[in-house]
Amino acid sequence: MSDTSKIEIRGLRKSFGSNEVLKSISLDVAKAGVVALIGPSGSGKSTLLRCINLLVTPDGGSVRVGDTRFSFGEGTKLPDVTTLARFRASTGMVFQHFNLFPHMTTLQNVMEGPVTVRRMAKPDAEKLARAQLAKVGLAEKADQYPATLSGGQKQRVAIARALAMEPDVMLFDEATSALDPELVGEVLAVIQQLASEGMTMVIVTHEIAFAREVADRLIFMRDGVVVEEGPARQVIDNPQEVATRAFLSHFHRTGALPPANAAP
Amino acid sequence: MYQWDFGILWSYRWLFLNGLGVTVGFTVVIVVLGLVFGLFGAFGTLSRFKAVRLLALTFIEAFRCTPILVQLIWFYYALPILAGVEMTPITASALALSLYGGSFYSEIIRGGIISIDRGQSEAGAALGMTPGQSMRRIVLPQAIKRMIPALMNQSIIQFKNTSLVSVLAVPDLVYQSQVAAHDSYRPLETYTAVAVAYAAILIPLTIMVRRGEKRLAVGE
Repeated sequence: MSDTSKIEIRGLRKSFGSNEVLKSISLDVAKAGVVALIGPSGSGKSTLLRCINLLVTPDGGSVRVGDTRFSFGEGTKLPDVTTLARFRASTGMVFQHFNLFPHMTTLQNVMEGPVTVRRMAKPDAEKLARAQLAKVGLAEKADQYPATLSGGQKQRVAIARALAMEPDVMLFDEATSALDPELVGEVLAVIQQLASEGMTMVIVTHEIAFAREVADRLIFMRDGVVVEEGPARQVIDNPQEVATRAFLSHFHRTGALPPANAAP
Repeated sequence: MYQWDFGILWSYRWLFLNGLGVTVGFTVVIVVLGLVFGLFGAFGTLSRFKAVRLLALTFIEAFRCTPILVQLIWFYYALPILAGVEMTPITASALALSLYGGSFYSEIIRGGIISIDRGQSEAGAALGMTPGQSMRRIVLPQAIKRMIPALMNQSIIQFKNTSLVSVLAVPDLVYQSQVAAHDSYRPLETYTAVAVAYAAILIPLTIMVRRGEKRLAVGE
Protein backbone atom coordinates (compact mmCIF):
# COMPACT_ATOMS: atom_id res chain seq x y z
CA MET A 1 0.00 0.00 0.00
CA SER A 2 2.84 2.38 0.78
CA ASP A 3 3.82 2.45 -2.92
CA THR A 4 0.53 3.99 -3.89
CA SER A 5 -0.18 5.85 -0.65
CA LYS A 6 -0.86 9.54 -1.00
CA ILE A 7 -0.28 10.41 2.63
CA GLU A 8 2.25 8.65 4.80
CA ILE A 9 2.83 9.51 8.41
CA ARG A 10 5.49 7.83 10.51
CA GLY A 11 6.13 8.10 14.24
CA LEU A 12 4.48 11.47 14.57
CA ARG A 13 4.88 13.11 17.97
CA LYS A 14 3.55 16.40 19.28
CA SER A 15 3.41 17.94 22.74
CA PHE A 16 1.87 21.17 23.89
CA GLY A 17 3.93 22.00 26.96
CA SER A 18 3.97 18.89 29.12
CA ASN A 19 0.83 17.55 27.46
CA GLU A 20 1.73 14.90 24.89
CA VAL A 21 -1.15 14.97 22.41
CA LEU A 22 0.32 12.68 19.74
CA LYS A 23 2.38 9.66 20.79
CA SER A 24 4.13 8.22 17.77
CA ILE A 25 1.31 8.03 15.25
CA SER A 26 1.69 6.26 11.92
CA LEU A 27 -0.89 6.44 9.20
CA ASP A 28 -1.26 5.76 5.48
CA VAL A 29 -3.91 7.06 3.17
CA ALA A 30 -4.14 5.41 -0.23
CA LYS A 31 -4.62 7.45 -3.36
CA ALA A 32 -8.35 8.21 -3.62
CA GLY A 33 -8.74 6.79 -0.13
CA VAL A 34 -11.01 8.29 2.47
CA VAL A 35 -9.92 7.95 6.07
CA ALA A 36 -12.17 8.97 8.93
CA LEU A 37 -10.57 9.97 12.23
CA ILE A 38 -12.86 9.56 15.19
CA GLY A 39 -12.36 9.74 18.92
CA PRO A 40 -13.35 11.69 22.00
CA SER A 41 -12.36 15.36 22.23
CA GLY A 42 -8.78 15.74 23.36
CA SER A 43 -7.82 12.49 21.66
CA GLY A 44 -5.45 14.35 19.31
CA LYS A 45 -7.36 13.78 16.07
CA SER A 46 -7.55 17.47 15.13
CA THR A 47 -3.89 17.96 15.98
CA LEU A 48 -3.02 14.96 13.80
CA LEU A 49 -5.01 16.46 10.93
CA ARG A 50 -3.27 19.82 11.37
CA CYS A 51 0.10 18.08 11.32
CA ILE A 52 -0.69 16.69 7.86
CA ASN A 53 -0.60 20.18 6.30
CA LEU A 54 1.83 21.40 8.98
CA LEU A 55 -0.47 24.03 10.42
CA VAL A 56 0.87 22.42 13.57
CA THR A 57 4.59 21.63 13.52
CA PRO A 58 5.26 18.11 14.79
CA ASP A 59 8.01 17.51 17.36
CA GLY A 60 9.11 14.27 15.77
CA GLY A 61 8.42 11.79 13.02
CA SER A 62 7.76 12.40 9.34
CA VAL A 63 4.94 13.58 7.12
CA ARG A 64 4.70 12.85 3.42
CA VAL A 65 1.98 14.08 1.10
CA GLY A 66 2.43 13.10 -2.53
CA ASP A 67 6.16 13.42 -3.23
CA THR A 68 6.95 15.95 -0.52
CA ARG A 69 8.31 14.63 2.74
CA PHE A 70 9.21 16.51 5.90
CA SER A 71 11.02 15.04 8.89
CA PHE A 72 10.95 16.50 12.34
CA GLY A 73 12.85 16.03 15.55
CA GLU A 74 16.25 16.62 17.06
CA GLY A 75 18.68 18.25 14.67
CA THR A 76 16.27 18.69 11.75
CA LYS A 77 15.76 22.18 10.49
CA LEU A 78 12.20 23.42 10.27
CA PRO A 79 11.05 24.08 6.71
CA ASP A 80 11.11 27.77 5.74
CA VAL A 81 7.90 29.71 5.13
CA THR A 82 8.03 29.52 1.32
CA THR A 83 8.52 25.75 1.30
CA LEU A 84 5.70 25.40 3.81
CA ALA A 85 3.39 27.62 1.79
CA ARG A 86 4.05 25.69 -1.42
CA PHE A 87 3.38 22.43 0.40
CA ARG A 88 0.12 23.66 1.90
CA ALA A 89 -1.09 24.91 -1.48
CA SER A 90 -1.50 21.28 -2.53
CA THR A 91 -3.46 20.24 0.57
CA GLY A 92 -6.94 21.65 0.98
CA MET A 93 -8.36 22.16 4.45
CA VAL A 94 -11.86 22.78 5.70
CA PHE A 95 -12.31 24.10 9.24
CA GLN A 96 -14.95 23.58 11.88
CA HIS A 97 -15.72 27.30 11.99
CA PHE A 98 -15.48 27.82 8.19
CA ASN A 99 -12.95 30.68 8.53
CA LEU A 100 -14.29 32.38 5.43
CA PHE A 101 -12.83 35.82 4.75
CA PRO A 102 -15.64 38.17 5.86
CA HIS A 103 -14.35 41.16 3.87
CA MET A 104 -14.69 39.34 0.56
CA THR A 105 -17.68 38.05 -1.38
CA THR A 106 -18.02 34.29 -1.74
CA LEU A 107 -16.62 34.56 -5.25
CA GLN A 108 -13.61 36.55 -3.98
CA ASN A 109 -13.15 34.01 -1.18
CA VAL A 110 -12.88 31.21 -3.71
CA MET A 111 -10.69 33.26 -6.08
CA GLU A 112 -8.27 34.31 -3.33
CA GLY A 113 -6.12 31.18 -3.34
CA PRO A 114 -5.74 30.92 -7.13
CA VAL A 115 -5.02 34.66 -7.51
CA THR A 116 -2.71 35.25 -4.55
CA VAL A 117 -0.99 31.89 -4.26
CA ARG A 118 -1.08 30.46 -7.78
CA ARG A 119 -0.75 33.85 -9.48
CA MET A 120 -3.59 32.96 -11.79
CA ALA A 121 -4.99 35.74 -14.01
CA LYS A 122 -8.18 37.19 -12.54
CA PRO A 123 -10.54 36.15 -15.40
CA ASP A 124 -9.25 32.56 -15.27
CA ALA A 125 -9.52 32.49 -11.49
CA GLU A 126 -13.06 33.81 -11.68
CA LYS A 127 -14.06 31.10 -14.14
CA LEU A 128 -12.52 28.47 -11.89
CA ALA A 129 -14.15 29.96 -8.79
CA ARG A 130 -17.58 30.09 -10.39
CA ALA A 131 -17.24 26.47 -11.45
CA GLN A 132 -16.31 25.46 -7.89
CA LEU A 133 -19.23 27.41 -6.45
CA ALA A 134 -21.55 25.71 -8.93
CA LYS A 135 -20.14 22.37 -7.86
CA VAL A 136 -21.17 22.98 -4.25
CA GLY A 137 -24.53 24.31 -5.43
CA LEU A 138 -23.94 27.97 -4.63
CA ALA A 139 -23.40 29.59 -8.02
CA GLU A 140 -26.13 32.14 -7.32
CA LYS A 141 -24.46 33.27 -4.07
CA ALA A 142 -21.26 34.41 -5.80
CA ASP A 143 -21.71 38.11 -5.06
CA GLN A 144 -22.94 37.78 -1.50
CA TYR A 145 -20.83 38.24 1.60
CA PRO A 146 -20.34 35.27 3.94
CA ALA A 147 -22.29 37.02 6.72
CA THR A 148 -25.50 36.62 4.67
CA LEU A 149 -25.12 32.85 4.27
CA SER A 150 -26.34 30.00 6.47
CA GLY A 151 -23.79 27.81 8.24
CA GLY A 152 -24.21 25.03 5.72
CA GLN A 153 -23.74 27.43 2.83
CA LYS A 154 -20.66 28.94 4.48
CA GLN A 155 -19.11 25.51 4.84
CA ARG A 156 -19.85 24.69 1.21
CA VAL A 157 -18.16 27.95 0.16
CA ALA A 158 -15.19 26.96 2.33
CA ILE A 159 -15.03 23.62 0.51
CA ALA A 160 -15.18 25.41 -2.85
CA ARG A 161 -12.39 27.73 -1.68
CA ALA A 162 -10.18 24.77 -0.83
CA LEU A 163 -11.04 22.97 -4.08
CA ALA A 164 -10.14 26.04 -6.14
CA MET A 165 -6.50 25.31 -5.30
CA GLU A 166 -6.99 21.94 -7.05
CA PRO A 167 -5.40 20.13 -4.10
CA ASP A 168 -4.10 16.56 -4.08
CA VAL A 169 -5.75 15.82 -0.75
CA MET A 170 -8.53 17.36 1.30
CA LEU A 171 -8.53 17.56 5.09
CA PHE A 172 -11.79 18.09 6.95
CA ASP A 173 -11.55 19.26 10.56
CA GLU A 174 -14.95 18.59 12.12
CA ALA A 175 -16.56 20.28 9.15
CA THR A 176 -20.11 19.78 10.41
CA SER A 177 -19.63 20.20 14.17
CA ALA A 178 -20.59 23.88 14.21
CA LEU A 179 -23.69 23.41 12.08
CA ASP A 180 -27.34 23.24 13.05
CA PRO A 181 -28.49 19.63 12.66
CA GLU A 182 -30.70 20.37 9.67
CA LEU A 183 -27.74 21.87 7.77
CA VAL A 184 -25.35 18.95 8.26
CA GLY A 185 -26.72 16.94 5.36
CA GLU A 186 -25.94 19.44 2.62
CA VAL A 187 -22.29 19.60 3.66
CA LEU A 188 -21.94 15.84 3.99
CA ALA A 189 -23.47 15.44 0.52
CA VAL A 190 -20.70 17.61 -0.94
CA ILE A 191 -18.01 15.62 0.88
CA GLN A 192 -19.56 12.37 -0.32
CA GLN A 193 -19.57 13.66 -3.88
CA LEU A 194 -15.85 14.43 -3.56
CA ALA A 195 -15.22 10.92 -2.29
CA SER A 196 -17.03 9.43 -5.25
CA GLU A 197 -14.88 11.53 -7.58
CA GLY A 198 -11.77 9.95 -6.13
CA MET A 199 -10.46 12.76 -3.92
CA THR A 200 -8.02 11.59 -1.25
CA MET A 201 -9.44 12.73 2.05
CA VAL A 202 -8.88 12.66 5.79
CA ILE A 203 -12.01 13.49 7.72
CA VAL A 204 -12.14 14.26 11.41
CA THR A 205 -15.78 13.80 12.29
CA HIS A 206 -18.36 13.00 14.91
CA GLU A 207 -20.81 11.79 12.26
CA ILE A 208 -20.29 8.08 12.76
CA ALA A 209 -23.02 7.07 10.30
CA PHE A 210 -21.45 9.29 7.68
CA ALA A 211 -17.97 7.91 8.37
CA ARG A 212 -19.33 4.39 7.92
CA GLU A 213 -20.88 5.36 4.61
CA VAL A 214 -18.11 7.41 3.04
CA ALA A 215 -14.80 6.37 4.58
CA ASP A 216 -13.05 3.21 3.51
CA ARG A 217 -10.81 3.23 6.54
CA LEU A 218 -11.51 4.35 10.05
CA ILE A 219 -9.10 5.27 12.80
CA PHE A 220 -10.20 5.51 16.38
CA MET A 221 -7.89 7.62 18.54
CA ARG A 222 -7.75 8.18 22.24
CA ASP A 223 -5.18 9.99 24.37
CA GLY A 224 -2.84 10.55 21.47
CA VAL A 225 -2.61 6.96 20.25
CA VAL A 226 -4.39 4.96 17.56
CA VAL A 227 -6.53 2.50 19.50
CA GLU A 228 -8.13 0.74 16.58
CA GLU A 229 -7.87 0.94 12.82
CA GLY A 230 -9.47 -0.90 9.96
CA PRO A 231 -12.12 -0.88 7.26
CA ALA A 232 -14.72 1.67 8.35
CA ARG A 233 -17.73 -0.63 8.36
CA GLN A 234 -15.89 -3.39 10.17
CA VAL A 235 -14.63 -1.10 12.95
CA ILE A 236 -17.99 0.58 13.45
CA ASP A 237 -20.13 -2.56 13.24
CA ASN A 238 -17.77 -4.83 15.09
CA PRO A 239 -15.25 -2.89 17.20
CA GLN A 240 -12.55 -5.06 18.77
CA GLU A 241 -11.26 -2.74 21.48
CA VAL A 242 -13.14 -1.92 24.66
CA ALA A 243 -12.43 1.79 24.27
CA THR A 244 -13.77 1.82 20.71
CA ARG A 245 -16.91 0.01 21.80
CA ALA A 246 -17.43 2.43 24.68
CA PHE A 247 -17.00 5.42 22.39
CA LEU A 248 -19.26 4.09 19.65
CA SER A 249 -21.99 3.22 22.14
CA HIS A 250 -22.71 6.96 22.35
CA PHE A 251 -23.91 6.97 18.75
CA HIS A 252 -26.78 5.34 16.94
CA ARG A 253 -25.21 3.05 14.42
CA THR A 254 -27.92 2.99 11.83
CA GLY A 255 -25.57 3.42 8.94
CA ALA A 256 -27.99 5.77 7.25
CA LEU A 257 -26.86 9.12 5.96
CA PRO A 258 -28.49 12.14 7.54
CA PRO A 259 -31.00 13.58 5.11
CA ALA A 260 -29.51 15.99 2.60
CA ASN A 261 -31.98 18.84 2.77
CA ALA A 262 -30.47 21.03 0.15
CA ALA A 263 -28.32 18.63 -1.79
CA PRO A 264 -26.40 20.49 -4.47
CA MET B 1 -14.63 94.58 34.68
CA TYR B 2 -12.40 93.44 31.79
CA GLN B 3 -13.22 95.02 28.45
CA TRP B 4 -13.01 92.30 25.76
CA ASP B 5 -11.80 93.53 22.42
CA PHE B 6 -11.47 90.79 19.79
CA GLY B 7 -11.31 93.35 16.98
CA ILE B 8 -7.68 94.02 17.75
CA LEU B 9 -6.75 90.49 16.62
CA TRP B 10 -7.69 91.29 13.02
CA SER B 11 -4.42 93.07 12.44
CA TYR B 12 -2.57 89.84 13.37
CA ARG B 13 -4.59 87.70 10.95
CA TRP B 14 -1.64 86.82 8.71
CA LEU B 15 0.42 85.83 11.71
CA PHE B 16 -2.37 83.53 12.89
CA LEU B 17 -2.94 82.06 9.44
CA ASN B 18 0.79 81.42 9.08
CA GLY B 19 0.82 79.70 12.43
CA LEU B 20 -2.25 77.64 11.58
CA GLY B 21 -0.62 76.56 8.32
CA VAL B 22 2.48 75.38 10.22
CA THR B 23 0.31 73.57 12.78
CA VAL B 24 -1.73 71.74 10.13
CA GLY B 25 1.28 70.92 7.98
CA PHE B 26 3.21 69.73 11.00
CA THR B 27 0.32 67.51 12.03
CA VAL B 28 0.21 65.89 8.60
CA VAL B 29 3.93 65.16 8.76
CA ILE B 30 3.90 63.68 12.27
CA VAL B 31 0.75 61.64 11.63
CA VAL B 32 2.21 60.08 8.47
CA LEU B 33 5.65 59.51 10.02
CA GLY B 34 4.02 58.33 13.24
CA LEU B 35 1.96 55.74 11.35
CA VAL B 36 5.11 54.47 9.66
CA PHE B 37 6.89 54.16 13.02
CA GLY B 38 3.71 52.63 14.45
CA LEU B 39 3.57 49.99 11.74
CA PHE B 40 7.20 49.05 12.36
CA GLY B 41 6.60 49.03 16.11
CA ALA B 42 3.51 46.84 15.79
CA PHE B 43 5.17 44.30 13.49
CA GLY B 44 8.21 44.42 15.76
CA THR B 45 6.18 43.42 18.81
CA LEU B 46 4.55 40.62 16.79
CA SER B 47 7.86 39.33 15.41
CA ARG B 48 8.87 35.69 15.66
CA PHE B 49 12.25 36.80 16.97
CA LYS B 50 12.58 37.66 20.62
CA ALA B 51 15.31 40.25 20.06
CA VAL B 52 13.10 42.18 17.63
CA ARG B 53 10.15 41.99 20.02
CA LEU B 54 12.28 43.33 22.87
CA LEU B 55 13.67 46.15 20.75
CA ALA B 56 10.20 47.20 19.57
CA LEU B 57 8.80 47.02 23.08
CA THR B 58 11.64 49.12 24.48
CA PHE B 59 11.07 51.77 21.82
CA ILE B 60 7.31 51.83 22.43
CA GLU B 61 7.52 52.03 26.21
CA ALA B 62 10.30 54.63 26.18
CA PHE B 63 8.15 57.02 24.19
CA ARG B 64 4.81 56.06 25.64
CA CYS B 65 5.86 56.42 29.24
CA THR B 66 7.73 59.74 29.18
CA PRO B 67 6.08 63.16 28.77
CA ILE B 68 6.12 64.58 25.26
CA LEU B 69 7.27 67.99 26.54
CA VAL B 70 10.34 66.36 28.07
CA GLN B 71 10.99 64.42 24.86
CA LEU B 72 10.83 67.61 22.77
CA ILE B 73 13.37 69.38 24.95
CA TRP B 74 15.53 66.28 25.15
CA PHE B 75 15.56 65.76 21.39
CA TYR B 76 16.59 69.34 20.76
CA TYR B 77 19.15 69.86 23.52
CA ALA B 78 20.39 66.44 24.64
CA LEU B 79 20.36 64.28 21.52
CA PRO B 80 22.74 66.52 19.53
CA ILE B 81 25.29 66.22 22.34
CA LEU B 82 24.93 62.42 22.50
CA ALA B 83 24.72 61.75 18.77
CA GLY B 84 26.80 64.66 17.57
CA VAL B 85 24.22 65.85 15.04
CA GLU B 86 22.78 69.32 15.07
CA MET B 87 19.06 69.48 14.46
CA THR B 88 16.81 72.40 13.65
CA PRO B 89 13.91 72.87 16.07
CA ILE B 90 11.56 71.67 13.32
CA THR B 91 13.47 68.44 12.73
CA ALA B 92 13.84 67.77 16.44
CA SER B 93 10.18 68.35 17.19
CA ALA B 94 8.96 66.42 14.11
CA LEU B 95 11.10 63.47 15.17
CA ALA B 96 10.01 63.57 18.81
CA LEU B 97 6.33 63.96 18.03
CA SER B 98 6.40 61.23 15.34
CA LEU B 99 8.08 58.76 17.64
CA TYR B 100 5.77 59.69 20.50
CA GLY B 101 2.72 59.26 18.28
CA GLY B 102 4.23 56.14 16.73
CA SER B 103 4.46 54.45 20.12
CA PHE B 104 0.71 54.89 20.60
CA TYR B 105 -0.11 53.97 17.00
CA SER B 106 1.96 50.78 17.51
CA GLU B 107 -0.26 49.63 20.30
CA ILE B 108 -3.42 50.43 18.30
CA ILE B 109 -2.14 48.59 15.23
CA ARG B 110 -0.91 45.62 17.26
CA GLY B 111 -4.24 45.44 19.06
CA GLY B 112 -6.11 45.54 15.74
CA ILE B 113 -4.00 42.77 14.26
CA ILE B 114 -4.29 40.41 17.22
CA SER B 115 -8.04 41.06 17.45
CA ILE B 116 -8.52 39.18 14.18
CA ASP B 117 -9.45 35.55 14.78
CA ARG B 118 -6.52 33.14 14.38
CA GLY B 119 -8.70 31.07 12.10
CA GLN B 120 -8.36 33.78 9.46
CA SER B 121 -4.60 33.52 9.13
CA GLU B 122 -4.87 29.73 9.44
CA ALA B 123 -7.27 29.68 6.51
CA GLY B 124 -4.79 31.80 4.56
CA ALA B 125 -1.94 29.48 5.49
CA ALA B 126 -4.00 26.42 4.56
CA LEU B 127 -4.52 27.92 1.08
CA GLY B 128 -0.76 28.14 0.74
CA MET B 129 -0.20 31.79 1.58
CA THR B 130 3.06 32.91 3.13
CA PRO B 131 2.68 34.79 6.44
CA GLY B 132 3.25 38.04 4.54
CA GLN B 133 0.53 37.32 1.98
CA SER B 134 -1.92 36.32 4.66
CA MET B 135 -1.14 39.51 6.60
CA ARG B 136 -1.63 41.70 3.53
CA ARG B 137 -4.64 40.01 1.97
CA ILE B 138 -6.53 38.60 4.95
CA VAL B 139 -5.59 40.06 8.32
CA LEU B 140 -4.71 43.71 7.66
CA PRO B 141 -7.79 44.60 5.56
CA GLN B 142 -9.98 43.42 8.43
CA ALA B 143 -7.77 44.84 11.18
CA ILE B 144 -7.52 48.30 9.63
CA LYS B 145 -11.29 48.65 9.76
CA ARG B 146 -11.18 48.05 13.48
CA MET B 147 -8.19 50.34 14.04
CA ILE B 148 -9.52 53.39 12.23
CA PRO B 149 -11.53 54.97 15.08
CA ALA B 150 -8.64 54.62 17.52
CA LEU B 151 -6.10 55.84 14.95
CA MET B 152 -8.24 58.89 14.22
CA ASN B 153 -8.56 59.58 17.92
CA GLN B 154 -4.82 59.38 18.40
CA SER B 155 -4.29 61.68 15.43
CA ILE B 156 -6.58 64.27 17.00
CA ILE B 157 -4.43 64.12 20.12
CA GLN B 158 -1.37 64.51 17.90
CA PHE B 159 -2.89 67.63 16.34
CA LYS B 160 -3.17 69.21 19.76
CA ASN B 161 0.27 67.97 20.79
CA THR B 162 1.81 70.10 18.06
CA SER B 163 1.04 73.10 20.28
CA LEU B 164 4.02 72.01 22.40
CA VAL B 165 6.53 72.70 19.64
CA SER B 166 6.25 76.39 20.50
CA VAL B 167 8.69 75.69 23.35
CA LEU B 168 11.36 75.10 20.70
CA ALA B 169 10.30 78.30 18.89
CA VAL B 170 8.75 76.44 15.95
CA PRO B 171 6.37 79.10 14.55
CA ASP B 172 3.11 77.19 14.93
CA LEU B 173 -0.26 78.67 15.85
CA VAL B 174 0.52 78.81 19.58
CA TYR B 175 3.96 80.35 19.03
CA GLN B 176 2.55 83.04 16.72
CA SER B 177 -0.19 83.81 19.25
CA GLN B 178 2.44 84.34 21.92
CA VAL B 179 4.01 86.87 19.58
CA ALA B 180 0.64 88.50 18.99
CA ALA B 181 -0.22 88.48 22.70
CA HIS B 182 3.05 90.14 23.68
CA ASP B 183 2.66 92.70 20.96
CA SER B 184 -1.00 93.58 21.60
CA TYR B 185 -1.06 93.14 25.38
CA ARG B 186 -4.26 91.16 24.74
CA PRO B 187 -3.40 87.58 25.84
CA LEU B 188 -6.95 86.73 26.92
CA GLU B 189 -8.44 87.47 23.51
CA THR B 190 -5.51 85.84 21.74
CA TYR B 191 -5.64 82.53 23.59
CA THR B 192 -9.42 82.43 23.42
CA ALA B 193 -9.17 82.81 19.66
CA VAL B 194 -6.51 80.08 19.51
CA ALA B 195 -8.70 77.70 21.51
CA VAL B 196 -11.61 78.40 19.15
CA ALA B 197 -9.37 77.79 16.13
CA TYR B 198 -8.29 74.33 17.42
CA ALA B 199 -11.85 73.42 18.28
CA ALA B 200 -13.18 74.66 14.94
CA ILE B 201 -10.88 72.23 13.15
CA LEU B 202 -11.23 69.30 15.55
CA ILE B 203 -14.97 69.26 16.26
CA PRO B 204 -15.94 68.52 12.62
CA LEU B 205 -13.22 65.83 12.60
CA THR B 206 -14.54 64.16 15.74
CA ILE B 207 -18.04 64.17 14.27
CA MET B 208 -16.66 62.47 11.17
CA VAL B 209 -14.90 59.87 13.33
CA ARG B 210 -18.08 59.15 15.24
CA ARG B 211 -20.06 58.72 12.04
CA GLY B 212 -17.34 56.47 10.67
CA GLU B 213 -17.44 54.34 13.81
CA LYS B 214 -21.17 53.84 13.42
CA ARG B 215 -20.82 52.89 9.79
CA LEU B 216 -18.05 50.42 10.59
CA ALA B 217 -20.10 48.91 13.40
CA VAL B 218 -22.92 48.23 10.92
CA GLY B 219 -20.47 46.54 8.56
CA GLU B 220 -19.21 44.09 11.22
